[in-house]
This record gives sequence, structure tokens and C-alpha cells, in this order.
Amino acid sequence: MTGNRRTLQISPIRNGTVIDHITAGEAFNVLRILGITGTTHEILSIATNVASGKAGKKDIVKIENRELCKEEVDRIALIAPNATINIIRDYLVFDKKGVEIPDVLYGVIRCPNPGCITNTNEPVRSRFEVTAKGLHCTYCEWYLTEDIAGHII
Amino acid sequence: MRHIISIREFEKEEIDALLDSAGTIDAGRYDRTALADRILGVLFFEPSTRTRMSFEAAMARLGGRSIDMGGVEASSVSKGETLADTIRVVSGYADAIVLRHPREGAARLAAEFSSVPVLNAGDGAGQHPSQTLIDLYTIRQAMPLDGIDVGLLGDLRYGRTAHSLAYALAEYNATIHTLAPGSLEMPQNVIEGLRDAGVEVVVHTDITEFAHTLDVMYVTRIQRERFPDTASYYAVASSYRVTPELLEGVRERMIVLHPLPRVDEIDSRVDTLPHARYFEQARNGIPIRMALLMEVMG
Repeated sequence: MTGNRRTLQISPIRNGTVIDHITAGEAFNVLRILGITGTTHEILSIATNVASGKAGKKDIVKIENRELCKEEVDRIALIAPNATINIIRDYLVFDKKGVEIPDVLYGVIRCPNPGCITNTNEPVRSRFEVTAKGLHCTYCEWYLTEDIAGHII
Repeated sequence: MRHIISIREFEKEEIDALLDSAGTIDAGRYDRTALADRILGVLFFEPSTRTRMSFEAAMARLGGRSIDMGGVEASSVSKGETLADTIRVVSGYADAIVLRHPREGAARLAAEFSSVPVLNAGDGAGQHPSQTLIDLYTIRQAMPLDGIDVGLLGDLRYGRTAHSLAYALAEYNATIHTLAPGSLEMPQNVIEGLRDAGVEVVVHTDITEFAHTLDVMYVTRIQRERFPDTASYYAVASSYRVTPELLEGVRERMIVLHPLPRVDEIDSRVDTLPHARYFEQARNGIPIRMALLMEVMG
């Protein structure tokens, strides 16, 4: 019965990407970091706070006619570490993968330190190491420990 | 090719070897023509007296020459040139670059674009590795580095020299005592980093509580320009002041250090006491920087 309700809440797509098991409440942040706003033209299906056997609640996003690249998946991993990415082609799951936070993030995070050299017009991308203490800027050595979504480029 | 960006990139053995090398130089045993055919590019994007002059003097004492971009207003920086481009150009002119820059991480960026070694002479509130080596060298002239009690006083929030020294002393099992005015405490992530490295960090609120327990009292300037008005500056600046009276009863071997310039955080009457070592500390900039120049260009 519950399964039928889910099907009604968010219908299948023919081609594109399904991001499942997003941390509940993070669906709109996922869209933001993918650059999807109210003025872009993607066809979207969004479900928030859907019942989940694993996490209690989860969000789901379906994006038609768009397959995510690795850098986009890296960004999602930062705010939804349990998400799964399903690439759909002709209604079938062509590829399914979990997200994984890489050891180093290039050009994904804006350094919160206003004095950091990466926050200027220098021709470099930001670079953060993922550590147990947080995200570590390898240029200025600051640690980003909270509001990671707010610093995603 | 080796860049000198952060003291945290040095192993303890490397630090000891550099201090030994500086000691040999200090004793006059060095080749005065060692860098005779070498040129040092001096890029200072913010004011400096000691660091700039001591690097130039160190280069001259090894027989080398320095070229200087002059002040920022007289350089292509004023036309909007990026640091990356400046570095790419100057690394074609010089055999090493010494860089002072107001932005944190500038030296690491410079190293990525340079074809010659980059020596970080201070990047914003970030790193200043040669100053830390000078501090360690000055302490070692007075006592062994292992297991000492070091007090860090002053602007510990933005004070790059205090952070770097604390991290370096972690290699020597030091105990760090901190005292900073209200808004200028040492950042929590630095304290946690030191504790992760096995350092005991003790945070104090009154200098008279712990001055007598120290082997080294490391004093830094509170930067007046960080305060909105003179009154608020003096409110925090008066929270500590090193005077002869304060130093009564301290350990006999205890030394007072300051990276200079000082304003009024150390009473000038302290200058003549045996504890005062800040002018020797400044002078030690020469052998340390000679050792570093030899390390990257020798």
C-alpha cells in the first residue's frame, strides 16, 4: 500500500536522473547546487519527507533529460551523503551509483575566509581536503565545519 | 625544487638541521660566495622592515643579489595584474622568490605558478615560517627546546607568528599557555589542532597567574587598526603589559620574545633585563634566512 502511494507521489521519467535517499529537507539545496532554479527549464519531480525504511524520511528528485557529471555528484555528496544516483534511459535504470565524498574537492566550495587568496580574481579553483575535522582549505588552512550547503559554489 | 610555505611542512629533524645550519652561519663558518651567481626576487605586497631587510641582507652576505618590485603602487599590481601572473613573470627573472602578501594562502598559490622556489615571508594572518624558525633558534640559544612552558600573549586570533610557533613547539612537547584580550583569543580550531598534536594548551585570563611558570614569554602586538576607536583599543591593550615588576619572581632562565614591532605591550625598562631577547631575536633573522636561502638555492 505504501509503495503504491510513493508511485503516485513521484512518477517515472523516461530519460534523466533520479536522486534518491537525499537527506530529508535537502532536496532544494540539491537543486540549488545543481544550478536548477525557478528560471531554468528542466522538468522536475520533487518529493520531500517521503517515508523511508532506512532513514525514516528522505527526499527524492527526478530530473528529466539530464545526466549528472562527477563534479555535480561530488557536490551532492556533501549535503546528502546517503544519496543514490540513478541514470535513467528509456525508463530503465542504466546506471546506479552511491555518492562518495572525494578526498579533495576542487572548485566545489567557496572558502569562508574572506582573506583567502581564492576569494580574489586569481586563476585558481578552490581546493578543500575532506578531513575528520571538516573541510580544510589547502590555501589558507581554514576549516569549514558548518553550513557546508551555504558555501557550495 | 623546494618551497618554504608553512612551518607545518617541516619534520622536527628538518627544523633541527636548519637551526644547526643557522648556528654554523652565526659562528661565521659559511661560504661568502655561496650564492654569488644567484638572484632573489623580493615581492612585498605590504609593508615590512625586518623581514624584507633581513632577507636582502642574508642574500648579500652569501654573495647574491636581490631585485625588488618596489611598492605595490609602483608595480603592475596597480594595473590589476594577478599574483599568479606576477609570479610567472618574476620567476623568469630570479632564482628564488620571497613573498609577503596580505592574503592568506598567497604563498601556496605562488608556489603553484612559480618555476623557482618560493619563500613565504608572511601571508595575511596565515603563515610566516621563517619567523617561526627565528623564534625557535632564539629559544634554543637560551635553553633546550624540549618540554618547555611557553606563554603566548596578545593578538592570538590574527597572530600568525603565535600560531606557527605553537605548532612548531608541538614537535618538542611544549606546554602552551595563552592570554588574549576578549575578542582576540586563539581560534578554537587552532587550539583543537594543537591538542590533537598532543600539546597541552592552558587558557588564562590574568598574566600574573602564570608568568612565574614560564620558560618563554612570547608577546605580540595588538593591532590598533583592528579596533573601531582608540578607547576600545586601549580597553583590550591594557589587559596585559610586560613590566619589570611583572618579571619579578619569574624563572631565572625565562626569556621574553616579541616578533616586533612593539607598541607599548613591553615596557622599555624591560629592555635592559637579562630576560629581554627580542632584539637578539630580530638579529637572528640573518642566519636563519641565510640558512633558508642556502636550503632552496644552495
